[in-house]
Amino acid sequence: MRKKWDLLLIAGILITAAAIWLYFRSVRTEGAEAVVFVDGEETARYSLEESLETEISSPWGSNLLVIEEGRAKIIEADCPDKLCVNQKAIRFQGESIICLPHRVTVTIEGGQENELDGVS
Amino acid sequence: MTEYPDSPGKMLGKEEHFMKTGKVARYGLLIALAFIFSYIESVIVVPVPVPGIKLGLANLVVVAALYRTGGKSAAVVSVIRVVLVGLTFNNPVMMLYSLAGCSLSLLLMVLLKRTERFSIVGVSVAGGAAHNLGQIAVAAFMLETSALFYYLPALLVSGCVAGTVIGIAGAEIVKRLPPLS
Repeated sequence: MRKKWDLLLIAGILITAAAIWLYFRSVRTEGAEAVVFVDGEETARYSLEESLETEISSPWGSNLLVIEEGRAKIIEADCPDKLCVNQKAIRFQGESIICLPHRVTVTIEGGQENELDGVS
Repeated sequence: MTEYPDSPGKMLGKEEHFMKTGKVARYGLLIALAFIFSYIESVIVVPVPVPGIKLGLANLVVVAALYRTGGKSAAVVSVIRVVLVGLTFNNPVMMLYSLAGCSLSLLLMVLLKRTERFSIVGVSVAGGAAHNLGQIAVAAFMLETSALFYYLPALLVSGCVAGTVIGIAGAEIVKRLPPLS
């Protein structure tokens, strides 16, 4: 029965995805900085330790970035779909918030590991 | 499948001429269709938190070609489509990612189809997941970062969903198309 094999295949892929997700979840590290990119260029870098509210303006529009309690979040944007506003607050290395219409991304970088690298 | 004549001097028979012309026309049609599907998808930007999630409408043509004209022509359609898209409305760098994705996807689909254990939906699901895997592997290699694999779970799941949709639609198309040599 072909359907059985199809379902096995789908289940296999989903289980693999879940395993990878769980792995990343277990090894994730807290980040230290929120890095802002506009159209692929780094424009700003903020420490996650200090609370802050700042506007990210790009030629395509503006987003309001807030850093609070070690997390970064976009709370306001003048784009029509507001998808970046709906994305959850980020705090772990590698996590990012992406605003496609304004070509803005905010990425978390530099956890403890990187800091140690910098010292040694 | 009719191949080119052995010697250049050999005249093609009427029958062979007909076969060749038909094949050229069919390739043109399939490539054009896949190209248009890619264009439609590039116009409708669906902003999602994870880059790379999309339906892959053009793969509908590839799946249908795989089941109706064979792996070789599906590969031709797929590769030419990616190159055309890369040269026109897509970024040439994206073309590399897409080529990796479509090659891996096609390879897996041909292999799975050969086992005759999977339906067109299963084959298409494997193709969708492999497409995303190939893309992310090349991107991670080129950007020299493994952080991209963070997106892998989401891309595997989305590849599964897209593959299922394309597979179901593809099965309907294949049902209505006569087998082509």
